[in-house]
Amino acid sequence: MSKIHVTTTINGDPVDYLCDAGESLLDVLRDRLGMTGSKEGCGTGDCGACSVTVDGRLVCSCLMLGAEAEGREIATIEGMADGETLHPLQRKFIEHAALQCGICTPGILVAAQSLLERNPDPTEEETRYWLAGNLCRCTGYDKIIRAVLDAAKEMREAP
Amino acid sequence: MVQVTIWGSLAAATGDQTEVEIDATTLRELLDGLAARYPALKPQLDRGVSVAIDGRIYNDSWFTPIQEDSEVVLLARLKGG
Amino acid sequence: MALDSKTGTAPRDFKIIGTRPARPDGIDKVTGRARFGADMSAPGMLVGRVLRSPHAHARIKSIDSSAAEALSGVHAVVTRADFPTPEADVADILDNCMAGEKALYDGHAVAAVAAASAAVARQALKLIKVEYEPLPHVIDVDAAMASGAPALHEGRANETVPKGHSPNVMARHAFGHGDIDAGLAQADRVLERSYRTEATHQGYIEPHACLASMGADGQADLWCCTQGHYMVRNTCAAILGITQGQLRVTASEIGGGFGGKTTVFLEPVALMLAKKTGRPVKMVMSRAEVLRATGPTASSSVDIRLGMTSEGRITAGFAELRYQGGAYPGAPVDMGAMSAFAPYDLENVRTIGWDVVTNRPKAAAYRAPGAPMAAFAVESAIDELARDLGLDPLEVRLKNAAREGTRASYGPTYPAIGLEATLRTARDHPHWSAPLGPNQGRGVACGFWFNFGGDTCVSLNITPDGTVNLSEGNPDIGGSRASMSMMAAEELGIPYDKVRTVIADTGSLGQNEVTDGSRVTFAVGLATIEAARAAKREMCKRAAQVWGIDEEAVIWEDGAARPSGPNAGEHPPMTLAEIAAIASNTGGPIAGHHEVNAEGAGVSFATHMVDTEVDPDTGAVTILRYTVFQDAGKAVHPSYVEGQFQGGSVQGIGWALNEEYIYDDDGILQNAGFLDYRIPVASDLPMIDTVILEIPNPGHPYGVRGVGETSIVPPLAAIANAVSASIGTRMNDLPMSPPKVLAAIQAR
Repeated sequence: MSKIHVTTTINGDPVDYLCDAGESLLDVLRDRLGMTGSKEGCGTGDCGACSVTVDGRLVCSCLMLGAEAEGREIATIEGMADGETLHPLQRKFIEHAALQCGICTPGILVAAQSLLERNPDPTEEETRYWLAGNLCRCTGYDKIIRAVLDAAKEMREAP
Repeated sequence: MVQVTIWGSLAAATGDQTEVEIDATTLRELLDGLAARYPALKPQLDRGVSVAIDGRIYNDSWFTPIQEDSEVVLLARLKGG
Repeated sequence: MALDSKTGTAPRDFKIIGTRPARPDGIDKVTGRARFGADMSAPGMLVGRVLRSPHAHARIKSIDSSAAEALSGVHAVVTRADFPTPEADVADILDNCMAGEKALYDGHAVAAVAAASAAVARQALKLIKVEYEPLPHVIDVDAAMASGAPALHEGRANETVPKGHSPNVMARHAFGHGDIDAGLAQADRVLERSYRTEATHQGYIEPHACLASMGADGQADLWCCTQGHYMVRNTCAAILGITQGQLRVTASEIGGGFGGKTTVFLEPVALMLAKKTGRPVKMVMSRAEVLRATGPTASSSVDIRLGMTSEGRITAGFAELRYQGGAYPGAPVDMGAMSAFAPYDLENVRTIGWDVVTNRPKAAAYRAPGAPMAAFAVESAIDELARDLGLDPLEVRLKNAAREGTRASYGPTYPAIGLEATLRTARDHPHWSAPLGPNQGRGVACGFWFNFGGDTCVSLNITPDGTVNLSEGNPDIGGSRASMSMMAAEELGIPYDKVRTVIADTGSLGQNEVTDGSRVTFAVGLATIEAARAAKREMCKRAAQVWGIDEEAVIWEDGAARPSGPNAGEHPPMTLAEIAAIASNTGGPIAGHHEVNAEGAGVSFATHMVDTEVDPDTGAVTILRYTVFQDAGKAVHPSYVEGQFQGGSVQGIGWALNEEYIYDDDGILQNAGFLDYRIPVASDLPMIDTVILEIPNPGHPYGVRGVGETSIVPPLAAIANAVSASIGTRMNDLPMSPPKVLAAIQAR
């Protein structure tokens, strides 16, 4: 089976890879590019652990083909911090103990960042509905929601 | 002698007694004494038990001391998630 | 030197315990750097995949893998025939990992393949020809106990099962004291009710995954996500017929477990494939495999008889509990029968538990295994009786609450416990008196868990620059590295960030019990404190040497050795860093270690309070408000204690409202995915409020009790009591999904 050549941008870096026609973007990220920050919890788009953005739009990378990344801008959890400076969401997740096991955390952070880009001042309810596609089994979501709202507040107040 | 309370479904092995007396000063002597006196308890003792001594639960420490007036209760082996 | 007593719980001022520092693995986990089970790879690695039974119950007549083995890119096929005959204690575990004579449930592994790629592996599975002889199957616990039910095993019942029962009944457990009939005769009212709960899955977001390699010399390495890598080592070594010392297991970061990762599934198979191929083999389950073939909890059918006086005193409590635990013996019904009435001070109490097998995946532990279903029945019955008698259900619980000196329903007399404190705090909380609207109701329920200790081994090493490395052997499933670093820093009197805690592999420490039974903060914490004390003794000795005084004249205070006593003389204190810097000159490296079978874990109680609203047109239930009151003994890192309370509560909310295993008439699981097996999502929930109570556990130097499991015990009944109050009729079957609630509304 011949492979497809893809040229794309991931976290600002130009990237080339070969993938099978049926291979998901998640498998490309994890198995071909060694970017294992995005997680596979279900492979069917139900858990959100593989969340990335494609041209700024939040998607489950398990539901998108690797071949479809051609010419797109992909952003993953690995690109969220600016060097050694954590994104406010990342900092607030640690500060609020918004992770226990941490497996859902990358997907939730990517999804939450996507929310705050669209809505810098979300209500608790808007935050809960935006994150309804990201499953967490450890925390009961309480501290996650608090961390996102607190990060939003800090980002709004930042000069 | 130590008075040992065993749980209901084990009473078939002790002639329907739920309180039995065993000569023991440690957990090991207690378990050995129970097995010797009531051989029908052996399958359960082999599967494992926990023992509450004065309200504190012990599993395997053979040389845990037991006082004559200690409250000793045999429990199904505890397991957790 | 003077040290704190081993079991001293006198109130003391902590510097670090009770604060909320950042967890040491936090940055790794928010940046995607943390490596979980499926995140590891190895040079020359093959991909392993499992072929699973499409039948609920079938005899395996033959397996022909020749076509699969002939496929280009396939390196090995493994079936049960590849494994040595197992010892009795791992026989069922092996049979669950790889079926022998029969496939016992939909999804049961029957063969596995190692191939150069996932695509080839998938293709190879299709080429393996398994000839099945389908057999009659049974899914429901009551049906499995009926005479004439299809039998999974013959002659497996233990000696506790009276003659004449279905061969699917594996064990009978009876507990209690007093005289039920006499107690019921004293009651002003007697309630008899039956309750049912469905099987639910632990629902960890990370599927099982491992990476195995094994050389021709028998030395093997395994990387996997597990709650206990020492358990994995011991179990796999027994199954493969190698020694424990030959197999080194490294625990990856673990993406949730909740009891479901306290056994093995893929690991022995991956090792066998690695052995046959001479190559590293990586195996990762799909979500459907996780749901079909790994541990759900038991489903239950429970009968209750409860007598109460018109003043609310419980005169007798009886429960008969029937749990199916899947295809092998070991449903946690003994724990259910022991814990059912544990919160209450009862003169007459009796419970009988039946352990039953069915054609379902073998139940694995799930957070306080066996207790939530029992508490659902008992706490629902207490609530119904209290309301029938016109009594306040919280006051009734207070009136009957177990306290210090109460003989527990499972036998022993309680030491100091926190149940009454949780109930009083709940009664005085604003939640209890807040107004309710139409279609809204409030429920309360109590819960109990035993908590364990067990084998524990830690090593604490002082580096030459005066920082501390703590090695422990229990995977960090929810922030325990932080708690261990805090306890080490507290004991040594140094800042939290001077301690780094790592999870060591099985080659680096002695045996450690699995991360289960809410044991880690208690047992590993206790060992950490003792290891720090050993290091302090050594440091005092080194200082004494330098000062030329007796060791007994040196004490450790605020992170430094200090002379103390009339003959000690005047010496400036020597800090940990100063002593570390001259360690080579004073005898060599400084370390403390501690090995113990930790006993004395304190039991834990909670009271939960919940408000629900029911949509009368659809039967949908909304959780409006939720408050947890639980005794933590001493909360080391309160944020992670709250997190345990919140997480357990929400798993209980899922169990109560949505989650269930659904089988068709052929015994095939119908909802093996997160779309149809619906765990709670953020938009289903309010904030989960928590109140931490601290009634010290005398068995721990800082008073710590385990907190992880109790929080899933009360929610099932608390929510059922709230929903029942919302709609004015009792809900005795879980889950309370909208169709069931709507039917109850229409039938009232």
